[in-house]
Amino acid sequence: MAQPLVKKDDDRDEEADYSPFLGIEKGAVLQEARVFHDPQLDARRCSQVITKLLYLLNQGETLTKIEATEVFFAVTKLFQSKDIGLRRMVYLMIKELSPSADEVIIVTSSLMKDMNSRTDLFRANAIRVLCRITDGTLLAQIERYLKQAIVDKNPVVASAALVSGIHLLQTNPEIVKRWSNEVQEAVQSRAALVQFHALALLHQIRQNDRLAVNKLVASLTKGTVRSPLAQCLLIRYISQVIKESSFNSQAGERPFYDYLEGCLRHKAEVVIFEAARAITELSNVTTRELTPAITVLQLFLSSSKPVLRFAALRTLNKVAMTHPMAVTNCNIDMESLISDQNRSIATLAITTLLKTGNESSVDRLMKQITNFMSDIADEFKIVVVEAIRSLCLKFPLKYRSLMNFLSNILREEGGFEYKKAIVDSIVILIRDIPDAKESGLLHLCEFIEDCEFTYLSTQILHFLGNEGPKTSDPSKYIRYIYNRVILENATVRASAVSTLAKFGAMVDSLKPRIFVLLRRCVFDNDDEVRDRATLYLNTLGDGSVAETEKDVKEFLFGSLDIPLTNMETSLKNYIQDPTEEPFDINSVPKEVKSQSLAEKKAPGKKPAASSTPAAAPTSAADAYERLLSSIPEFASFGKLFKSSIPVELTEAETEYSVNVVKHIYDSHVVFQYNCTNTIPEQLLENVTVIVDASDAEEFSEVGTKPLRSLPYDTPGQTFVAFEKPEGVPAVGKFSNVLRFTVKEVDPTTGEAEDDGVEDEYQLEDFEVVAADYILKVGVSNFKNAWESLGPDGERIDEYGLGPRESLAEAVSTVINLLGMQPCEGTEVVPSNSRSHTCLLSGIYIGNVKVLVRLSFGIDGAKEVAMKLAVRSENENVSEAIHEIVASG
Amino acid sequence: MHHEISGLSNDCPTVKNILLLDSEGKRVAVRYYSDDWPTNAAKLAYEKSVFTKTQKTNARAEAEIIILENRIVVYRFVQDLHFFVTGEDDENELMLATVLQGFFDGVTLVLRNNVDLREALENLDLILLCFDEIVDRGIVLETDGSIIAGKVASHSIDDNSPLSEQTISQALAAAREHLTRSLLR
Repeated sequence: MAQPLVKKDDDRDEEADYSPFLGIEKGAVLQEARVFHDPQLDARRCSQVITKLLYLLNQGETLTKIEATEVFFAVTKLFQSKDIGLRRMVYLMIKELSPSADEVIIVTSSLMKDMNSRTDLFRANAIRVLCRITDGTLLAQIERYLKQAIVDKNPVVASAALVSGIHLLQTNPEIVKRWSNEVQEAVQSRAALVQFHALALLHQIRQNDRLAVNKLVASLTKGTVRSPLAQCLLIRYISQVIKESSFNSQAGERPFYDYLEGCLRHKAEVVIFEAARAITELSNVTTRELTPAITVLQLFLSSSKPVLRFAALRTLNKVAMTHPMAVTNCNIDMESLISDQNRSIATLAITTLLKTGNESSVDRLMKQITNFMSDIADEFKIVVVEAIRSLCLKFPLKYRSLMNFLSNILREEGGFEYKKAIVDSIVILIRDIPDAKESGLLHLCEFIEDCEFTYLSTQILHFLGNEGPKTSDPSKYIRYIYNRVILENATVRASAVSTLAKFGAMVDSLKPRIFVLLRRCVFDNDDEVRDRATLYLNTLGDGSVAETEKDVKEFLFGSLDIPLTNMETSLKNYIQDPTEEPFDINSVPKEVKSQSLAEKKAPGKKPAASSTPAAAPTSAADAYERLLSSIPEFASFGKLFKSSIPVELTEAETEYSVNVVKHIYDSHVVFQYNCTNTIPEQLLENVTVIVDASDAEEFSEVGTKPLRSLPYDTPGQTFVAFEKPEGVPAVGKFSNVLRFTVKEVDPTTGEAEDDGVEDEYQLEDFEVVAADYILKVGVSNFKNAWESLGPDGERIDEYGLGPRESLAEAVSTVINLLGMQPCEGTEVVPSNSRSHTCLLSGIYIGNVKVLVRLSFGIDGAKEVAMKLAVRSENENVSEAIHEIVASG
Repeated sequence: MHHEISGLSNDCPTVKNILLLDSEGKRVAVRYYSDDWPTNAAKLAYEKSVFTKTQKTNARAEAEIIILENRIVVYRFVQDLHFFVTGEDDENELMLATVLQGFFDGVTLVLRNNVDLREALENLDLILLCFDEIVDRGIVLETDGSIIAGKVASHSIDDNSPLSEQTISQALAAAREHLTRSLLR
């Protein structure tokens, strides 16, 4: 075994914190690395130094470029030693240093020698190292050896070559695809892991050839699969084949179902589980198909292994969302898991039970949950609260006990996110279950009497102001609201004042008392509170400038049809440049900004709760506007109406990566091409895009702005501008070629050569579509907005959408086609529903407000029909929306 | 420390990272195979979070499991060492547990059943080689602990007591027995 790096102390027990790396320091270790140059190599010493270096790198230390190069060259000297242990460390070190192309050349011959060594471990490792650091040109040289290695008798060697092949397929597909025959042979290998790796590679080579995949899968289901991992892979491939086959559940047996069911009797648990999971995820799975899978998952629930219990329960939890009845057989097993030591398992058990339980078991379950809530973390509590909310919507008659539960936990200790989840749930229940309204509002009132979160207090006050006046006895809420004015901080006090005013506006009998209370607020020590009180006193008619009743209500209850973040940015800009002119609210852009990439990536586990609109974080539109207005050629185009999200014009990981953003003006469009050069050895100059607009008749090119220089990895932009008929949503297709002068760059000095070569690079086409002329602008109360637009500009028609994959797919297709903002969460289609209504809102070019109400229905043959109702301020615009759908 | 990223298709079982931490949550050795954590700071933050969230659980007799930041983490503790394997949210949990078991067995064998922090640091070269033999850029290379240890240990030819293929199975048996006894105590 390897020796300790530092001599062991005799009494190691006394020195508890002993570490061979104590006080280790990069500079000193780099000094030590000089032993790599000794003519008489001390293999053990060298191994120790490499271990120290690897330790440092693993702890997060980094080497400078120069240090890395020095270490690399020193390490290459170590190939002289025949010591096997040292060689293994050398391999690790080279992989860790990820040498540059010209450094790779230095070790290539040594590694190629090892690839042909008689020592299996050398062959295997040399292959992995070489494939890791190599580029395409070198690959052609070693291809012959790799093909041989794939069918090597030694499984370690074969696996090394196959796994390297899987990685290389990403960068050099054309070479790896030539190895099909060898890989095919390796699939038949008797060595378990070789078969697994070969299968993975073969499938990836053929994945775009549906027929070949079908054949591969079919032959393997008849043969022997030796490793559980390979079996799991096969199950995944089978699921895909089933998914892509045009199987109709009414017509009879699903292909390969028998095979999946057979896997449920495999000896390896990992395979059984993979098969069970695959069955539960079949589209339109029938109860009969589900039953055997549920049975094995049920057995797993009583396993001694936490991982097994967790995996089974998580799958059952998902099944319960669509097929709650299929899971009820497991209820007894799941109830015993409520007390599982692993809290993730306990929470999954509870939430699954909440989905599968029937109305009569609700009360018993709630009792169990009450005991359970006190000893789990907030994040699990939130999951439980969400499950209870959906249970309550399912069994509205049980609202009393569920609402009580929610109000009880609302009073207990808990962090903000948890409290917010509870409040959101109560708000949703109040909105959806009329009977629950009065008790729910009172629970919320009691909560704000002792609420430490300003945000929640103001949310509840706002909600109370809208709902409270409509209850049978509005007066009973006044006390709670006015208490806020006496007891809370300025933010909450200001909200309470607004809420009072709403009661005053809606309930005439309360008006005199509200005036008394508001007059007291005029003496508040906070400006905002005083201002609001004065404002409301006047608007409600206490003062001199009484407004009409309609205006008052519009003022108090109407929504601001501008995204708040846009308003914030505009106001900030206004304050920055002092001017005599008053702030013009119409200058605020109305488009809802797209979510940042980071947010999109995070899988939306929790449904967006209640009415609080998602914050729009980035200000891409502002950035675009600033960028474009700084270009004199485009300054005369007027106000930017809309900028599209970037459309990729190149495949991922190509030499040059280009995407386009379409900027729409009233009578112009500007295409902004964002270019990135991903080749370190190249400098691009005078970069332009040559646009062919022959398929876009209404557009004529008016100017381009080339990009002077595009160095490696520094994105730059070039622009092309077109003129189009004013205010008309002209559409068309544009084809693009990137044209530039390319100069070689010396990678060591970073300097470019003087002479360049003209070159072109074909980009993909893109289109300007109708949706580019519609801004995503939400309304907070769709019903009010719809009614206020009135039936005059309304156009209604019905459309058949043909057979679709699902209702949800049809809904999202239409939303994308129109490019409008879905309102009130109606873009989400509950699974298994046969009809759905979706509400959209937007601003059409020319600043015309448009609202759309879409009603979808789907029949047994998956034929989708749609009724489209459009209201807008201008009936031509309503027609235009129909036109988009009719031609889409 | 650089990344070992590979753009793999979704159906191949993959591992996002393997961590070996000490009883204070400090790194003994770690390997990341995903660009989810682009900086060392992000990695350290993840390790801290994994460590804190699992610290109080008893993962000594059986591997435990938790969902963290929409990923699955399976883990197991021995003495003052904490073993973790992280995978995608929709990865087969048992597959990750198999990798963890291979990692755990492999380390147990190369440390000759003396699985503790001190021994791990003194034999860090072997631990790093174990990592190298279990997963290659996210793809599972081998899950059998004795094979992993065999590949790692076969290099110590000049050692007085080589860990040959034959002694591996004995060592594994001894390891299991050792574990059972320590549990019964």
